[in-house]
Amino acid sequence: MSKFLKSTAILAALSLSATPVLAEKMGLGRAALPEEVAAWNGEISADGTGLPEGSGDAIVGEEIFATKCAACHGDFAEGIDNWPKLAGGADTLDHDDPLKTVGSYWPYLSTAYDYIKRSMPYGNAGTLTDDETYAIVAYILYSNDLIEDDFVLSKETFFDVEMPNADGFIVDDRAEAEYAIWSGEPCMENCKPEPVKVTMRAMVLDVTPQEEGEEEAAAEPVQEVVVAQAEPAAEEGAAEPVVVTAAFDEALAAEGEKVFRKCKSCHQVGEGAKNRVGPILNAVVGADAGAVDGFKYSKALMEMAEGGLVWSEAELAAFLEKPKAYMKGTKMSFAGLKKEEDQLAVIEYLKSFGN
Amino acid sequence: MTNKPSRRQFLTSSVAAGAAATMAGTANAQTPDPLITEVQEWAQAFGDGVDETPYGLPIKFEDDVVRRNVEWLTADTVSSINFTPIHALDGTITPQGCAFERHHSGAIELKKSDYRLMINGLVDTPLVFTYADLERFPRENHVYFCECAANTGMEWAGAQLNGAQFTHGMIHNMEYTGVPLRTLLEEAGLDTAGDLKDKWVFVEGADASSNGRSIPMEKALDDCLIAFKANGEALRKEHGYPVRLVVPGWEGNMWVKWIRRIEVMDGPVESREETSKYTDTLEDGTSRKWTWTMDAKSVVTSPSPQSPITHGTGPLVISGLAWSGNGAITRVDVSKDGGMTWETARLAKEGESKALTRFYLDTEWDGSEMMLQSRAMDETGYVQPTKTQLREVRGLNSIYHNNCIQTWLVRSNGEAENVEVS
Repeated sequence: MSKFLKSTAILAALSLSATPVLAEKMGLGRAALPEEVAAWNGEISADGTGLPEGSGDAIVGEEIFATKCAACHGDFAEGIDNWPKLAGGADTLDHDDPLKTVGSYWPYLSTAYDYIKRSMPYGNAGTLTDDETYAIVAYILYSNDLIEDDFVLSKETFFDVEMPNADGFIVDDRAEAEYAIWSGEPCMENCKPEPVKVTMRAMVLDVTPQEEGEEEAAAEPVQEVVVAQAEPAAEEGAAEPVVVTAAFDEALAAEGEKVFRKCKSCHQVGEGAKNRVGPILNAVVGADAGAVDGFKYSKALMEMAEGGLVWSEAELAAFLEKPKAYMKGTKMSFAGLKKEEDQLAVIEYLKSFGN
Repeated sequence: MTNKPSRRQFLTSSVAAGAAATMAGTANAQTPDPLITEVQEWAQAFGDGVDETPYGLPIKFEDDVVRRNVEWLTADTVSSINFTPIHALDGTITPQGCAFERHHSGAIELKKSDYRLMINGLVDTPLVFTYADLERFPRENHVYFCECAANTGMEWAGAQLNGAQFTHGMIHNMEYTGVPLRTLLEEAGLDTAGDLKDKWVFVEGADASSNGRSIPMEKALDDCLIAFKANGEALRKEHGYPVRLVVPGWEGNMWVKWIRRIEVMDGPVESREETSKYTDTLEDGTSRKWTWTMDAKSVVTSPSPQSPITHGTGPLVISGLAWSGNGAITRVDVSKDGGMTWETARLAKEGESKALTRFYLDTEWDGSEMMLQSRAMDETGYVQPTKTQLREVRGLNSIYHNNCIQTWLVRSNGEAENVEVS
């Protein structure tokens, strides 16, 4: 046995003694600077450790929620399509299909603050200020009828909020509740009192994906991927025959579809697209700026639109590179696409929805 | 793509072809086989030279052995899961390229040179490691399974998805190379933490979701690995390149990818992934939390809905996988009649702790209908429960930790279907 193995074996034996054994240090790594620890050490614990200064209420929160959260979670935190519902579901946990929301299920309010501050908005994580986060949490609480609209949430008032399901959890008890009854020598013969019958069949439901279409193609050899992924673009293009010229690059559009993931938490394209946090982007390439019906543009964009801005490929690329530098005051809270190939690809993808 | 047959068409045709092949295979040949009597192109001309594929992919004939997504499960592929094609694999090691993916904010591209790992909190010296630093610690190799807590989670209310890939494919099994988490914690020093019994570590990833989880110190010092290689090569992007946490036997969500920080704390954080998700609601509305361990489980991978019997009657290999987060698999029984009678299967190798075990039942099939099941036992004496037993204790709303015995109805034509039985 090597020296290393011996020493780790001894350490393992003593692993949980009150005073840890001094392991021989390797002297690797370097001390973390306080600024570095501060930058990453952001989690908020159940007891409120880590909650920052700042505050917000549901009235302010509603506005922020409408622009930054409602595209997925709905105006009233009720959730859109498959996106998480954040409100409702009170007293449903013992029902057949419980609705688990921040209000009905989450035991600790700190979890909402922690998650929203660090991991939301989806696709633009970590961009909310502390005040904005308090306000959004307040709005979610208000949507769950847990606070009044004038309740100001801050670290001082944080524990005034009662979470309805705070006592709804028990620590894993499988060892006692299950392991004892599911052990020992199992039955080998005549294990059931009556002949076994089929009681339910998956084919009846018919929800299993078929082995065809895009996701299958994506795993095929490279030269086929490009063709397959470009397919939706080509189909869309077919509805606009004028658009599909020799200049349209299907492979590039397929790349652009991937880049567009960064955009689609705010922008929709294709049939049935709706204005969300950002406007619909169908036929945006070559269109006049600020021209989508029903979308409330920023003042900055409307001024440039009145000045005759047209979303040519060049203008779009410049905007996408650094939105805030290109258009001071834009509502688009997106850092930008630094790489030129990403800008060109996403524009090519957008062209497949008309231009 | 529209020319591709649906799976059902495929099944029908392959079963028909199988029946024909059976005739040819079992009867004496009437006419010489041209594959033998005629010189084939591949026996005459050259194949590919070396370097044709500097990094090889499976041959095109295997292009259906891929991960698959169930689109209706989630709103968006960047916060979603896909499934390992376990119905088409054998042995125990999962190739990285078809090992299931689960992301909360998409798979990020993080260079080794941009990688930093911080250890902070109740340690003597908060430290920062680079990737190169990690490679200078003594490292270990271990094979472990990684199973998502939601594997088989769609089957609580009834038989739903028709294929072992979809019912049981949120699992992979790899040989990891890495540094024990214990080594790094000791490098930072644990004197400051005092009594380690009530201490925890909080681990988080570098991606936008950060996916923070709290792990009791006892587990952190036991067998967790800071891993940077899997199956001998670098981790894939989708599995956390360049560095992920390995938490043997425990639910996959804790195996934080792109791990960037480990904080020693005096309690759990109670983050989203350990309160609102990955908690198991029982019938009376109370929920279990900290259900970390993946209990013993098994499934027949072939025959199964995506892997029908195509050779007709006669010798049949029934094969499957078994695993336990509580230790090694010691025995697997197989039933052909829905659990009325059982026979003990052959383990391909002695079970390894917290790793997949392959089992085989070499049998003769007379062409009659089978209700195929497998039942795993582990070294603690635990016996994999039936779906009925699980529901009696937990109800239908647990979502996670469904380790029930699975039933495939294999028809006399060789097709198989996901069913529930009395």
